[in-house]
Amino acid sequence: MRRALWVLAVLLSHWRRHKMQFATLLVGLIAATALWSGVQAINQQARNAYDRAAATFGGARTAMLVAPASATFPQELFVKLRRAGWPVSPALEGRVQINGRSVRLLGIEPVTLPIEIGNAPRLGAVDLSSFVAPPGQTLAARETLSDLQVQEGAAPPTSDGATLPPLRVLPQLAPDVLVVDIGVAQRLLNKPDQVSRLLVGKPKGKPAPLASVVGDQLQLIEPTAETELERLTDSFHLNLTAFGLLSFFVGLFIVNSAVGLAFEQRMPMLRTLRACGASARLVNTVLVVELVALALIAGVIGLVCGYFIAAVLLPDVAASLRGLYGAQIPGQLSLRPEWWLAGVGISIAGALVAAATSLIKAVRMPVLATAQPRAWQQRQRRWLMLQSLAACAVFAVALLLLRYGESLIAGFGLLAALMLGAALILPALLEIILLAGQRAARRPLALWFWADSRQQLSGLSLALMALLLALAVNVGVSTMVETFSRTFIGWLNGRLAADVYISASDNAQGVAIRNWLKERSEVQAILSGGRADAQVQGQPVELLGLPDHTLYRERWPLLDAAPRAWNRLVPGNAAFISEQLSRRLNVRIGDVIEVPAPGGTWELDIVGVYADYGNPKGQLAVNVAALMRQFPQTPQTRTGLIVASENISGLISALQKQFALGDRSVADQATVKAESIRIFNRTFAVTSALNAFTLGVAGIALFTSLLTLANSRLPQLAPLWAIGIARPRLAAIELTKTLSMAMFTSLLAVPLGLLVAWCLIAIVNVKAFGWRLPFHVFPLQLVELVAVALFASVLAALLPVARLARMQPANLVKVFANER
Amino acid sequence: MSADRISRRAFAGGIAALALASRASAQGYAGLGEKADGFAKVTPGKLFAFPADHGPHPEFRIEWWYLTANLVDGSGAACGLQWTLFRQAAQPGPQGEGWANQQVWMAHAAVTRVDTHRFNEIFSRGGIGQASVAATPFAAWIDDWEVKGLERTDDRTLAPLTLKASSTDFSYALTLEADRPVVLQGDGGYSRKSERGQASYYYSQPFYRARGTLTIDDKSVDVSGQAWMDREWSSQPLDADQTGWDWLSLHLSSGDKLMLYRLRQKDGKDDPFGNWISAAGETQMIAGGDIQMIPKATTEVAGRKLPVEWQIVIPSRSFSIACKPLNPRAWMGTGFSYWEGPISFAGTHDGVGYLELTGY
Amino acid sequence: MLSIRNLSKTFSSAGEPVHVLRGVDLDLRNGERVALTGESGSGKSTLLHLIAGLDAADGGTIRLEDTELTKLSDAGRAGLRRDRIGLVFQQYNLIPSLSVADNLAFQARIAGRHDAAWSRELIERLGLGSLLKRYPEQLSGGQQQRVAIGRALATKPLLLLADEPTGNLDEATAENVLALTRDLVARTGCGFLMVTHSLHLAATLDRHVTLHAGRIA
Repeated sequence: MRRALWVLAVLLSHWRRHKMQFATLLVGLIAATALWSGVQAINQQARNAYDRAAATFGGARTAMLVAPASATFPQELFVKLRRAGWPVSPALEGRVQINGRSVRLLGIEPVTLPIEIGNAPRLGAVDLSSFVAPPGQTLAARETLSDLQVQEGAAPPTSDGATLPPLRVLPQLAPDVLVVDIGVAQRLLNKPDQVSRLLVGKPKGKPAPLASVVGDQLQLIEPTAETELERLTDSFHLNLTAFGLLSFFVGLFIVNSAVGLAFEQRMPMLRTLRACGASARLVNTVLVVELVALALIAGVIGLVCGYFIAAVLLPDVAASLRGLYGAQIPGQLSLRPEWWLAGVGISIAGALVAAATSLIKAVRMPVLATAQPRAWQQRQRRWLMLQSLAACAVFAVALLLLRYGESLIAGFGLLAALMLGAALILPALLEIILLAGQRAARRPLALWFWADSRQQLSGLSLALMALLLALAVNVGVSTMVETFSRTFIGWLNGRLAADVYISASDNAQGVAIRNWLKERSEVQAILSGGRADAQVQGQPVELLGLPDHTLYRERWPLLDAAPRAWNRLVPGNAAFISEQLSRRLNVRIGDVIEVPAPGGTWELDIVGVYADYGNPKGQLAVNVAALMRQFPQTPQTRTGLIVASENISGLISALQKQFALGDRSVADQATVKAESIRIFNRTFAVTSALNAFTLGVAGIALFTSLLTLANSRLPQLAPLWAIGIARPRLAAIELTKTLSMAMFTSLLAVPLGLLVAWCLIAIVNVKAFGWRLPFHVFPLQLVELVAVALFASVLAALLPVARLARMQPANLVKVFANER
Repeated sequence: MSADRISRRAFAGGIAALALASRASAQGYAGLGEKADGFAKVTPGKLFAFPADHGPHPEFRIEWWYLTANLVDGSGAACGLQWTLFRQAAQPGPQGEGWANQQVWMAHAAVTRVDTHRFNEIFSRGGIGQASVAATPFAAWIDDWEVKGLERTDDRTLAPLTLKASSTDFSYALTLEADRPVVLQGDGGYSRKSERGQASYYYSQPFYRARGTLTIDDKSVDVSGQAWMDREWSSQPLDADQTGWDWLSLHLSSGDKLMLYRLRQKDGKDDPFGNWISAAGETQMIAGGDIQMIPKATTEVAGRKLPVEWQIVIPSRSFSIACKPLNPRAWMGTGFSYWEGPISFAGTHDGVGYLELTGY
Repeated sequence: MLSIRNLSKTFSSAGEPVHVLRGVDLDLRNGERVALTGESGSGKSTLLHLIAGLDAADGGTIRLEDTELTKLSDAGRAGLRRDRIGLVFQQYNLIPSLSVADNLAFQARIAGRHDAAWSRELIERLGLGSLLKRYPEQLSGGQQQRVAIGRALATKPLLLLADEPTGNLDEATAENVLALTRDLVARTGCGFLMVTHSLHLAATLDRHVTLHAGRIA
């Protein structure tokens, strides 16, 4: 053990003399761990939130019985089913307003609540009698209490004047929900003897068939392994994971080059150690121990960085998820011990993988150095051949995925294969370019320039590959975001046709507002819409009622429409379908869709497809009058107005005064648009942030590669200096060389990036969100990115080049002195 | 209560606490000794009225409808079954409507054979109809477990009845007939449980003839035999220093019935009680000093030592028997747990019966 | 103390076997100082490496005191090297990232036989006292070789092996370094086998053997 410690001390002494190299190694490991674990932290946070939500819903993972046509049904059906041996438990759900904020209220019946529910809400040490017996308890997550501005133990009143049972914090509960006894819920929601659904546990015996007990009043919904939210948001998390993985690999590139260089430099030290009697096994073991220890330290630092990255990104992620899927994620990061362990684990595993080649070399190294011919040219050619072959194999996989892939995973697989293939083939492409340059060169210095660049290729290629990947991803993601942004704004302009939007608190107020508006001369048109919910083929679907008005006909954007589509909408037997829903249900123009309505099945011809960006639910647009006939219960609370622009602000303040409407209930078009764009921008804020992080890591990779390379360049440069080329000239040549390599790489990254963008838009987006965007190229943006990449390369090359320019002749002379 | 999640299991502990008593072993069944403030008191001299008294008495804290049956199948193999419905009022006072009702119901069902013992339990809140008892026509139910009268059911005999329960791995359905009226236990139905006045109202129907089907793991057999129903309600049946009881119901082959129990005290003493019911249905109390209940052998189930074999001696009646369980592992591992199983006995008299051991 | 019998070693070069050693016999007594000369490629360094256990022989035996080197595994040879042999190379082979003090001490420390008094004496005799905090690159060749000799002798080895220890040094420095080495060898009483080109230096040792065509001539 003492012996091992001495060997370790000797090995570590290397880093004291090569601090930059040590920093590079640590930075690589930290970068790899930080972004990866940051993304994991976010994903874990989201998954916990979904689990909590799913558990509180008692929903997705539990079989349940619901009434097909109505929100609630009589409790008597619950008793009937229990008496027929069905292990059901009732739940009643609704919303209550507390301190002006609307919150979900869930009534449960704890005595019958099935224990079989795998993730039944872990509600802590709940005392049954205090939960059930008067006055009962209201269970809520801590963040819910702070959202509602109430204290634990308080019994706040609802807006209807009822009083909640005293609040009690249950940390594991999902946010935005209050859990009470079902009896309390019935009282608060004013739904005596009514329940929303029955959760189904494991039967004790053999219950009678459902239909024989309740007829067709209730319908069984089988549990799904994944929650609806998880299914919907999978793509989003996959996206994050892909970024995390990318930067992990770029980080490992850095580690690989740092460890490789350190090994080369420490080779004589290892030989001396062995010559002095440290056994090969001892030296190799200590090498591994040293690496693991460094990975451990870097892993912990990386985790701390990852934590901060996650904490910084989380609000945007939460906003994105809320905007895109309506998923509630707490904005406060909470991490499990597994996360820390996994982070350190991945740091160590990554370090071992990145250092594998060096470690294997160390194991195979003989004590005695044997002079080997430096046949770098043959070795380089073999290496390029192998990489190119591997690239072709990866491209073949990409083709297969493009041809036969169906899922989102296949989409990401295609992306990964494209990028990996491109990275692998990059050195070969650069070699071809450099060889062509060498052939064309006439002057001796130019010849040397090209030939030397070729020799440098193997040392630089990892960094260049990292640069290529980061740039391509940047080009791809920026193109996609820009495309989306333009499409979205254009679409929003068409969708927001009315000048003023009003949202009444209930139907009665809606009617009152419309009556009042009819008297106002400045109102040119009142456009009343409506929204109803239905289930189509097991999917929740929104029915949107559109008023029949020329404004809609002119401006409401349709992606595709049958002839006379708007006219065919009027009688009420036709509908437009949102792009997402049409993909999900595989429904096209000319197909018929059956919607269960209270009065029976409603058959709708599909006559148009429209984009409905950012809506997690599928949607059908129908004539509003027809919607009211089929779904008479639909509240008509939403109203749009056509008003001359000079009258808008006056009308809004009059409305607010007359009906005591808040800012959220009345808004002009500009406000609504601004709000929508704000939400949209937040949605892609995370993507952009991760994008920038990745480019940063690639910059570090380039920088460290150049730096490490520069140190080993002296033997190549010294002879040139000796034959009379001045140091500044040498430095300029070096800079030109680096820049030209980076330039070639950046130019190759542009087409690759566009390919990535196409994959994102045409495959990943369609699978993930259900919409396809028109593909645009933004040349200016591309020029900008290439410029940024070159600038980063200049920065990266500057330090080593400046060192060269200022180098003391004595150091150059040393090269000759030390040469054996 | 150490429930850590809202689930039936967690609440089961809570229900047990509400419905009967916490099973804290040091305390035994001391929860039954809680003060009866606000609940109706059990006093001597009550006049029983049927069918009303077959139904629930919500003004008392606890109440049960307790059926056990000693049966044999076609091959002559003995088996037993239990069907019990407990009622507990969480609070005294007027009955709440709907979910606000303060009654909590709990049921246990079990079947026992030589080689197997199956049991299950159900909990329910009162007020909504998931569980309840009606006097006329007689019906006691929780979910799909029920004991139900027919149109010709006689209030005096509380017969005929149908009885059913089912679980994942067992079920049964029986009809119960009886031709003698129910029997008042203790002193005209007033059953004293301690020197300090703890008592319950207690009557039984020990004369049921049972016939039906018993199914274990989807294998059904026809069974027939004798059954016994106990009806008891009280607000404070045990004194604070009473830790549990050992209770026996015996069907003598002569046609006579014998009910015996002893209440164990913290100080190790016990307090035996007994009623001899002649084949004709006449009941006679046996003086406590005249009953010797001697545990003979114990068996270890669920980490507890249980006296499952007994020697019973009543000198005044020249009665001396040795009782053996059909299956010593008849442990009811329910939220509220105890030992309950069929036994047989021989000696000066022979026959079959049921043994219940609580508070171990 | 050292007894070599019929030692042979063959390398392959461009597919052709090259018989470097063809049955070498050599003995060294306790405290004996022997110079090994021979023309380039005669196998001097190979012989030295085999004695140091840096490489394995193809045939024959090497016995150091009671240990037969040729029967040891790689790890066994490393242990022997660590504990009983001191090695000095032409290239000094110091560890560039360790200070002179650490370079001097580290073999003894790995061997677990660091002797502070002996270490002080070595530093004094080698005249390294003022250089302890320097790094190898800050030393002259002669200074570096003195450090290497100090490192090799810090364990008080049984046998000191030196491969052209003065090859990189000018004549005066070489004389000086060798004189120091002879003194120290005499002080420790260990055997000393030195490979050298210089007949002049070879003559300063007790015995002089020449390797020719793979055999001791």
